Amino acid sequence: MPGVEGFMYPNEVSLYWSVLIVLYPFITGLVAGAFILASLARIFRVEAVKPTYRLALLTALAFLIVAPLPLQLHLGHPERSYEMYLTPHRSSAMAMFGFVYLWYLMAVLVVEIWLDFRADIVALSQSTTGWRRWMYLAMTLGSANVSPRALAIDERVGWLVTLIGVPSAFLLHGYVGFIFGSIKANPWWSSPLMPVVFIFSAMVSGIAAVMLLYMATTRLRRKLIDMRCVDTIAMYLFYIFIIDFSLEMLDLIHRIYEADESFRSLDFMVHTRLYFSQIVLQIFIGTLTPLVLLFLTQVMKLHEVVRKRIYAVAGSLALIGIFAMRWNVVIGGQLFSKSFLGYTTYKMALATREGLLVAIALTLLPLLILAVLVKILPPWPDAEHASIREAV
Amino acid sequence: MTLTRRQLLILLPAAAVAWESLLAGTPEASPNYTMTEHWWSMLIDIPKCIGCGNCVRACQAENDVPDGFFRTWVERYHVDDWHLANPQVISPDGGKEGFPVAKEDEGKYFFVPKLCNQCADSPCTQVCPVGATFIAPDGVVLVDQKYCLGCAYCVQACPYGCRYIHPEKKVADKCTLCYHRITKGLTTACCEACPTGARQLADLKNPNDPIHAFLKTHSVQVLKPQMATGAKVFYNALDGSVR
Repeated sequence: MPGVEGFMYPNEVSLYWSVLIVLYPFITGLVAGAFILASLARIFRVEAVKPTYRLALLTALAFLIVAPLPLQLHLGHPERSYEMYLTPHRSSAMAMFGFVYLWYLMAVLVVEIWLDFRADIVALSQSTTGWRRWMYLAMTLGSANVSPRALAIDERVGWLVTLIGVPSAFLLHGYVGFIFGSIKANPWWSSPLMPVVFIFSAMVSGIAAVMLLYMATTRLRRKLIDMRCVDTIAMYLFYIFIIDFSLEMLDLIHRIYEADESFRSLDFMVHTRLYFSQIVLQIFIGTLTPLVLLFLTQVMKLHEVVRKRIYAVAGSLALIGIFAMRWNVVIGGQLFSKSFLGYTTYKMALATREGLLVAIALTLLPLLILAVLVKILPPWPDAEHASIREAV
Repeated sequence: MTLTRRQLLILLPAAAVAWESLLAGTPEASPNYTMTEHWWSMLIDIPKCIGCGNCVRACQAENDVPDGFFRTWVERYHVDDWHLANPQVISPDGGKEGFPVAKEDEGKYFFVPKLCNQCADSPCTQVCPVGATFIAPDGVVLVDQKYCLGCAYCVQACPYGCRYIHPEKKVADKCTLCYHRITKGLTTACCEACPTGARQLADLKNPNDPIHAFLKTHSVQVLKPQMATGAKVFYNALDGSVR
């Protein structure tokens, strides 16, 4: 049979989870990571990263809006997906997705963004005209009180929401890891470390994404990049990356040392079909290279221009590495037979519902949404922005 | 008749539930069948299987199984001497048209028919997000194809590779133990077509079923017992190399 090596159970030959299911944990990871970066500013009072606080929140929202789309497109019957809300199966990890998602979207992210931007929304509803004025008026939800006392209440409630948001972000992505980690039939997935690895890799990807977005948007707006801010973000990225890599290596070493019945099969797969995506892309290009680059910025006194370039390269490579990690988990977990006697091949279609073009469109869609969001709610920490607030 | 607002609020959810049950329709009538009186399983007698593929063909014809997918299939194992960990296994087109003549003389050859193990603690039903796949009171694992989302989580969760997504219906599909037949007192299509009696439908709740005598006198095993799925397809003389 073409693409098959050794013996596969006959129903295993074609893969059931495609590149869209790779995108799903990648996108939710960006959401969780971006939110955790925002919480650094708010909960942990890391003042240096404050310039990215609002951008991080809007990034999380843009990606969260897109997060369920790959799942919907993958379903055989997307028109029945609402049944997950009406008759959720309590023993199913996947059934909880809808609830965790809604909770995170409506109870955490939207509330926090609204509270944080409320004064701006009120100001914009007064300074704009035409349909924009009506839009901002609707967004105030009838709450135009921007007295110092009201803003203080916003601040306090917002802080509380972020406090709830941090474990919620962990829940959102830890749960995605659990979906894979709890499948005992698949030794490539089945691991209690999976949710933890997913959370830390989510933080890496989210922090890297917001750092890159901050640098890119600041440059596009012809403003100066706050080096104290990106230096601090890069430092957090470096340390969280080390934890993430250590956890993944712990998982790997454990598997190699334990060498259970699946080991020979998985080992062969990593050295052949997953060699490029796992060893080359994920470990060398996507993890070790950015770690070394970030390490250099921590131990050497480098010029600002050099640091900026290093951050841009390291951030991009980190994103590639985390995407490769999602790919290796989702696709890798289906390339070998559960008989441990053979391997199949993933053939990605181009223009089908689960093909490459749709995957590219879904990757770009959050950026488009983010572009719209920053137009509606400018998150920039600049003088012109401050003037809007002061005008209120 | 006048309705108060309170009465209406009470009646509306009840009407919604009634409407849902009306939409679900009535199950196909099997007047003499009581689900709780049965606990279905299957016995596979490996030494009796000759790899003719009759069972696979019968299953495909009976259940309209699409080409390239299998509710049941037959594997041929070739175990060379003591190399239990490295058996050579083939199942060309699920063994539907039989097997090529074995070339090598060394080692042993034998056939292993596979099908859904109708697990009592089935991982596939555990993960279904809407409960579209479930264990019936008679022990058969079924899929409500009008309810299934087609997410394929159950396919991933099955340790035996017994499930697939139907390419046209876009829902999970698997062996139902010919539920439409066994609830009418018939045996499954594969058991009926087996020329050697290598496959036998068994009702563990029926004290007169011959399976009880067989289990007492033979060494039987289930596939992948380490998965703790409560599999109910029992294999006689199962070789240690079988996955």
